[in-house]
Amino acid sequence: MSLSMVTGSSYLESLLQGQPQLPSSPLAWLNQLRADAVERASTLKVPTTRDEEWRFTDISPLSNLSFQPVRAESSLSIADAEKFYLEEAAIRLVFVDGVYAPQLSGQPHGTKDVGLVVTNLSEAVAAHAAAIEPHLGRYAGFQDNVFAALNTAFLHDGALILVPRSVVVEKPVHLLFIATQKEVASHPRCLLIAESGSAVTIVEDYVSLQEDAYVTNAVTEIALADNAQVDHIRVQRDSNEAFHIANCAVSLAHASRYRSVSVALGARISRYNLNTLLAAEGAECAIDGLALITGRQLADTHTCIDHAKPHGTSTQSHKCIVDGAAHAVFNGKIVVRPDAQRTDSSQSSRNLLLNAKARVDTKPQLEIFADDVKCAHGATVGQLDNEEVFYLKSRGLSEITARNLLTYAFGAEIIDRISIASLKHRLEQTVLEQTQRN
Amino acid sequence: MIYQDSKTLLEVRGLRATVNGIEILKGIDLTVRSGEIHAIMGTNGSGKSTLAKVLAGHNAYKVTGGSVTFEGGNLFDLEPEERARAGLFLAFQYPIEIPGVANSHFLRLAYNTVQAQRGKEELDPLEFEDFVREKMKLLEMNPDFLDRGVNEGFSGGEKKRNEILQMALLEPRLAILDETDSGLDIDALKSVTNGVNQLTNKDNATILVTHYQRLLNYIVPDYVHVMESGRIIKTGGKELALELETRGYDWVSVEQRTAARV
Ligand SMILES: Nc1ncnc2c1ncn2[C@@H]1O[C@H](COP(=O)(O)OP(=O)(O)OP(=O)(O)O)[C@@H](O)[C@H]1O
Ligand SMILES: [Mg+2]
Repeated sequence: MSLSMVTGSSYLESLLQGQPQLPSSPLAWLNQLRADAVERASTLKVPTTRDEEWRFTDISPLSNLSFQPVRAESSLSIADAEKFYLEEAAIRLVFVDGVYAPQLSGQPHGTKDVGLVVTNLSEAVAAHAAAIEPHLGRYAGFQDNVFAALNTAFLHDGALILVPRSVVVEKPVHLLFIATQKEVASHPRCLLIAESGSAVTIVEDYVSLQEDAYVTNAVTEIALADNAQVDHIRVQRDSNEAFHIANCAVSLAHASRYRSVSVALGARISRYNLNTLLAAEGAECAIDGLALITGRQLADTHTCIDHAKPHGTSTQSHKCIVDGAAHAVFNGKIVVRPDAQRTDSSQSSRNLLLNAKARVDTKPQLEIFADDVKCAHGATVGQLDNEEVFYLKSRGLSEITARNLLTYAFGAEIIDRISIASLKHRLEQTVLEQTQRN
Repeated sequence: MIYQDSKTLLEVRGLRATVNGIEILKGIDLTVRSGEIHAIMGTNGSGKSTLAKVLAGHNAYKVTGGSVTFEGGNLFDLEPEERARAGLFLAFQYPIEIPGVANSHFLRLAYNTVQAQRGKEELDPLEFEDFVREKMKLLEMNPDFLDRGVNEGFSGGEKKRNEILQMALLEPRLAILDETDSGLDIDALKSVTNGVNQLTNKDNATILVTHYQRLLNYIVPDYVHVMESGRIIKTGGKELALELETRGYDWVSVEQRTAARV
């Protein structure tokens, strides 16, 4: 059966047919995983705005362009890549148009962390098969998710991070995805396994060299064992012409803690799905996000925090600063299952519109099936607070200065939660540049 | 203090103002000369804060009649920030919190804006740090407040102190302190009033809005005004405050109504 007969979508068809011949793995389970994903990708359709989950996000422009997997070797120089490096990072993995770039990757500071593995997934999968198999593809399900299915079908290069039991990695791990070519589709994959009592900070960073149209379709899976701690910083600064689709799935075991700060700055259309499952007692997650967009950009964030067991804690603060005729979407689902008594959850969605043409659609979605829970949530959409502007003006600040200061502060509140000084500083600069008027 | 050669700083004539279409100020007359300290007292809701905010230029209030001259010019020609730079300062009854804006950064911006207006030297962050710490000592304020967001999580009294710190930095010609004494403990009241007294001189003036005669033991007023229903219905010296303290406000309005009938 040829793929084109079942896909019903020329876009998916072209993507699947363009798939490079992945060497068949000696690992039967891996071949099976890919085959299942190809099968699903062939049956699923590209979502339209008729799908509830994609109501506000029209990705049809995606299918109007033809995107190929990368063929040509990129001519990226070290100098081009260097400007994205983080001085604090202990280890850096670089992927260029989705392909692992060993010459750009490395351990600038070395690492003394015994047994820590940070490497290219496709090369390490055989050596670490026993550790990987129980996790890879287990969290980011692709049964109903065509993008996760495609990513898994193409599963090859990607980041593998294994943090052994009780190892605390002091310095951050930087995963840098650089786009250099237009009309290319890349499918980055990350798998982070934090064993019990371990701790690590990862930076998942999407950047581009030019203002080209390309597709990034990323999948990240993070498994935290008992008492593990993961700090996940995600920066999407793709080209303003690009399409960025990403699925991240996190599973938290007993008393583990997951903290994430995601910043969406780039892409013509971006969609980030973040699903966290508090799968055991006493798990804790803090999920913060900032979308800072302008022009005709659309940034859509869908999160789901699933409290499955008792005594879980979750906090979430999502902010959007929307300028021009841009459009931000936030859907924050919180599920508290019948078993998850004593859950403490709070969510806030605050949105700032800087232009009459800017638009925000925000929706909290609470599904609470336990009775002994604390769930607070709130959403605001609007302009700057009149009283705050007046207070600053009453001290001599001009209207413009007052507004700039307040807009900056609105975004900086999220950026300030990033623990890496150089990255924080860089993002603060970006917020400054994008919010200041004169 | 009342001086012979004083200049008129503020001249309010028949001022009327509305909020949401409701008339709150119904013809205010008030003259403030340099060197003077005025106290405005009056029942809750009589319009004291409204007067203060109208003078500062809050856009929720609409001026519907009368005139205000500030240092010889029409106050209503100036935007709120221009009024501040011209030397008008309002310490708010309820200072708001502005999370995310660092207090030190805000204070420096305000200070430098006013300095620039006066053709004086602006300070860089390091110079300002030293300067503001000195001012904070005067008010017995903990320098940790510099690192927090503007009024963010400050207690009621701490917010009031932060208002007076701003006054100390901006050195206004006319300061309106709207119930700055409410919420201050005894020690704080002493350090804050001490700070205000050090800032007053024969070239500037202060309007104190208060409910408590106690404040006027620390900052001695030249005039005490009683406000009711959007008007100043009685003006006297500092002894009027003592009389109000013992007799309340009722007799003033009775007296005023009788006088009106004559
Ligand atoms: N934005 C507003 N909308 C409606 N009414 C208002 C508004 N602002 C003030 N008012 C009303 O105007 C009146 C005067 O209020 P104002 O705050 O000036 O009183 P005040 O004399 O300062 O009182 P207090 O001693 O309690 O501080 C009150 O009745 C108040 O409810
Ligand atoms: Mg008042």
